[in-house]
Amino acid sequence: MENIEHPENTFETRELNVNLGPQHPATHGVLRLMLDLDGEVVKRCTPYVGYLHRGIEKLGEHRTYFAALPLSDRLDYISSMNNNVGYVNAVEKLFGIEAPERAQFIRTIVAEMGRLSSHIVWLGTHVLDIGATTPFLYAMRERETILDLFEILCGARLTVSYPRIGGVRNDVTQEFLDRLYEFVLDFPKRMDEYETLVTQNRIWKDRTVGIGVISAEEAVNWGLTGGTLRGSGVPYDVRKFFPYDAYDKVDFDVPIGKNGDCYDRYIVRVGEMRQSNRIIQQCIEKLPKGPVMAEEAKFTLPPKDMVLKDMEHLIHQFVLITKGPSVAEGEVYVSSEVPKGELGFYFVSDGTGKPYRMRVRAPSFVHASVLPRLCEDGLIADVIANIGTIDIVLGECDR
Amino acid sequence: MGLITTNTTPSVVETEEIPKIVSPNIIVSSFDLLINWARRSSLWPMTFGLACCAIEMMAVYASHNDLDRMGIIPRGSPRQSDFMFVAGTVTKKMAEIVRRVYDQMPEPRYVISVGSCACSGGIFNTYSTVQGCDRFLPVDVYIPGCPPRPEAFIDGIIKLQDKIKHEQFRWSRWR
Repeated sequence: MENIEHPENTFETRELNVNLGPQHPATHGVLRLMLDLDGEVVKRCTPYVGYLHRGIEKLGEHRTYFAALPLSDRLDYISSMNNNVGYVNAVEKLFGIEAPERAQFIRTIVAEMGRLSSHIVWLGTHVLDIGATTPFLYAMRERETILDLFEILCGARLTVSYPRIGGVRNDVTQEFLDRLYEFVLDFPKRMDEYETLVTQNRIWKDRTVGIGVISAEEAVNWGLTGGTLRGSGVPYDVRKFFPYDAYDKVDFDVPIGKNGDCYDRYIVRVGEMRQSNRIIQQCIEKLPKGPVMAEEAKFTLPPKDMVLKDMEHLIHQFVLITKGPSVAEGEVYVSSEVPKGELGFYFVSDGTGKPYRMRVRAPSFVHASVLPRLCEDGLIADVIANIGTIDIVLGECDR
Repeated sequence: MGLITTNTTPSVVETEEIPKIVSPNIIVSSFDLLINWARRSSLWPMTFGLACCAIEMMAVYASHNDLDRMGIIPRGSPRQSDFMFVAGTVTKKMAEIVRRVYDQMPEPRYVISVGSCACSGGIFNTYSTVQGCDRFLPVDVYIPGCPPRPEAFIDGIIKLQDKIKHEQFRWSRWR
């Protein structure tokens, strides 16, 4: 009788390794997670990145500053406009030039439109991952309106490359402003529609309240930025602290959360969408008159119609396109607030027309690193909620 | 549809007092036409977003362009899908997985290569990028663009349907 084992010991238990991704509809791209599970509880979570490493930083070093602009579109492809604005702001600081006021206002408008379109995709996919299909279809409807407006503006829907070093590509038309204003007036109602569907939804609250909690101190230590940081109650926003473009001339609030869980981050981002709407409205109302490109012949591309008429402009165009501008040696780091967080561009110039080093501080990469902290000791179903809430884009993460 | 249909009025045959309807709507066709019609009418794509084009792919599935009306419903599993969008840049690290997903799909299977990167490498001619997914996959339709417009997506799907329509049992890859 002594040989009979205790019933508790007859079951063999072991940790189960589950591979999530890189092909998985809920990983927002090609993120791969290795999960060590004890039953349904995640014991260890290891993110693997690099499945979309395209060598954007290296490519940027082989192109002139003008030619590397389209690469910044493909970093965070959901909000290309914000990346463009961040890129041109960094290069303008390196060149020591400044865009005219009208161009700065237009950049602010288009950047906030980019933020809206990015947050709409985030809302739709995050809610879809957790199980609600309808808000996704509603959200994509509004996104199409924004993309149509981008198309009126510059001809492209997604990869826009609209801002230029020293200004913007072309002036906005009255039709664009009218339609945008119409959209801006209509948008709060649409936001109410989403919030009616989601905010007080019991299933949504069950799935997000108290999930992926991170305290304010920890969030700062992990290097989180953007909505992910503000959800924990830290009111840090690059637009407020280091204003660029026209952000110091408009009035907006920075919504913050309290508990630092998925639900608070949702509330923060929804609040941000309303604030973006406010910013666009103010910018349209305050839009000053004037040129949209800086008159710096050594650093900005000349207007196309003048290139075909005037010898001097033709020479500038030729030199800038083939050799690139002659920049002083030095280095510059400029960050901007993109929908995902703080996007920084770091350039080292060696005096030639191409950057010696182009480094991108991508918020998605930092946010992907916090995933193990959020997922561990949680349930496996909450992993999906956590991936959605940190709002990562793998194009930016892997570069 | 290309099928031969008989007269729609049912032909009634009377046998021993009880009238019996034998052929109300008989469709006479060849196997090729019938199978191709079935294959092309409800194509289920494998949702496989790699990069930028995946965002445009989402827009095609969603409310504005609405692929559901063409019988196209995105599937999360390769086992349930008929064709695959390779939407985005295929890196060398990812290529192996793309191929594995393709191999998991049941036959007949088709591939639509979406965007410049998947077609030819696009602007990313670097050490880590595969210069076109046709290096390791049999591609049926190429959709150029960076990223392609939703209309281009729909056109690509119609091209694929057209291609399936003209397949024949004698020479088709999937007989």
